[in-house]
Amino acid sequence: MRREAPQSLADYAPLIFPAGMLTVFFVIPFGTMIAVSFFQRLQGAFYEPAFVFSNYARFLSTFFAGVLGFSLFLAISVAVCCVLLGIPFTYLLTRMQRKTQVVWLVALLSILSLSEVIIGFAWSTLFSRTAGITNLFVALGAMEKPVALSPSFGAVLTGMVYQAFPYTVLILYPALVRLDPTLTEAARTLGASPVKAFFTVVVPALRNTVIATLIMVFIFALGSYLLPQLLGRPQHWTLSVLITDQAIYQSNMPFAAAMAVFLVLVTLALVGLTLFIGRKGEAA
Amino acid sequence: MSGLALNSVTKEFGSFTAVKSVQLNVPHGTFVCMLGPSGCGKTTLLRMIAGLDSPTDGAIVLDDEDITKIPTHKRNLGMVFQSLALFPHLTVGENIAYPLRIRGVDAATQKKRVDELLAMIHLTGYADRPVTKLSGGQRQRVAIARALAISPKLFLLDEPLSALDAKLREAMQVELRQLQQQLGITTIVVTHDQREAMTMADTVVVMNGGEIRQAASPIEIYRKPADRFVADFIGMTNLLDTETDSAGRAIVLGHAAEGIVLPDDLKKATLSVRPEDVHLTAPGEGTLTGKVTFIRDLGGTIETFVDVAGKQIVAVSTPRERPAVTVGQNVGINLTPDVCVVLKK
Repeated sequence: MRREAPQSLADYAPLIFPAGMLTVFFVIPFGTMIAVSFFQRLQGAFYEPAFVFSNYARFLSTFFAGVLGFSLFLAISVAVCCVLLGIPFTYLLTRMQRKTQVVWLVALLSILSLSEVIIGFAWSTLFSRTAGITNLFVALGAMEKPVALSPSFGAVLTGMVYQAFPYTVLILYPALVRLDPTLTEAARTLGASPVKAFFTVVVPALRNTVIATLIMVFIFALGSYLLPQLLGRPQHWTLSVLITDQAIYQSNMPFAAAMAVFLVLVTLALVGLTLFIGRKGEAA
Repeated sequence: MSGLALNSVTKEFGSFTAVKSVQLNVPHGTFVCMLGPSGCGKTTLLRMIAGLDSPTDGAIVLDDEDITKIPTHKRNLGMVFQSLALFPHLTVGENIAYPLRIRGVDAATQKKRVDELLAMIHLTGYADRPVTKLSGGQRQRVAIARALAISPKLFLLDEPLSALDAKLREAMQVELRQLQQQLGITTIVVTHDQREAMTMADTVVVMNGGEIRQAASPIEIYRKPADRFVADFIGMTNLLDTETDSAGRAIVLGHAAEGIVLPDDLKKATLSVRPEDVHLTAPGEGTLTGKVTFIRDLGGTIETFVDVAGKQIVAVSTPRERPAVTVGQNVGINLTPDVCVVLKK
């Protein structure tokens, strides 16, 4: 059915509410943040209105470049790990009985009800030398003596993947449920082993979903600031940790705002790049 | 024996038996249609031949090799699914080349074969189009070409034409049959459409309740149905209860039917008479007498409904031999032995 385009101003009326919400809860706060990022910080006080670039200038150092690079690297790693684990997991989940699926989905969703602090402390206990999983390996004879696995990069990555995994499954699930199961069967009758069928049919058919999942998990991971502190060393701290540090502990709002704006710009650029590559791949 | 053989193939899903000890020989190059109502086990049987389901019992033998335990992807067959299952992320050419690519055929050979197949299905020049931009009939042809790309030993189709509109479906039936004869490939089609089966098949296999009720040529299935189910399922028919009286005559709807003889072991039976074999005569002249209740004139054929002792009998005739009757008139119906098939009750 073809629908007519909105004609009069009244036809646009239903948009007023969402537009208002967007203005009040996104445009105004973000605008404020951009404004603050140009303000002048007052030593021993808060800040005063001004228009200076010193906050951005301070940011342009190898130290912050390193932190930014590490933040992006960590977020990309989390996104890739989540998708690599999530696709086979969700694919097998959709092939299970309805009842089994519900149990798994409820279990996964319950992870979302845990606060980041609890997840962080739970994993740091699991990774500790005194009470961690290595004690189990020792008991099984796989290791000589228990070791501490945290703080380390692996611990940060594990914690963040754990936290983002339910989101990954939630995005992949509808696409995989809708995927015609005869596609894999057709691939098998045409000579593809089940594994080959999965990689030549299921994964490519899900390309757009996979790209969407990567972007979502990437952005989600970029904002994480508790887990890197709980499970990592200072060199594993992300830009979000430094922003929190500046905003809350150093009371340097203008600098924190400048970093946040910069992070948003870099994120947007990366998302744009991913979409661009995705579109190009589709055309090829 | 060259061809496909099913030896007591059985499939159980829990306590439900979908396919009961099916025995069937399909000689090389034959076109077989498996026909039956939904839930009769025909699709399950096809899936077992393809290896997508494994039989609970029995063996599937292809060219003297037991393939029961061989996984689907090593069976070298071609299958067309009801949903067609074209890969949405690939173009027409890439879809057709998929089985070749999976087998590691080099790009030049792939391209040559794709061009051959596209010419065969009259879609030359469509190789680079996305499959999502094709019409129903074109998608159908692409699915057929993809299944035939490796020149498979066995060509399986599961309700392949059910998504097409009636006119296109009839055209594709003829096209599919001609293609099969040209390639000489052993083909098995599952369908619930008897016209489709009659058009295409060398052998029609009628199934019901997981069992084969009759396997024979289309015309034999139509003229000599093996039982009441087959007679009723294939085409239109009049099923008339018959019994033998003390004098040994066959009694049909209270009238003695001259010349019709029931086998000695049957006291009661059912007569199957095709509507085109029912001849209307003047009242009192035929075997039965009844009253015309309705006339359906379809232009090409005329159906006359006659009520005989509460039982409705349908006669079909062409406009040329239009019976000179009107609704409410009494008519005679002539039953001759050569048109009546005696079936167990």
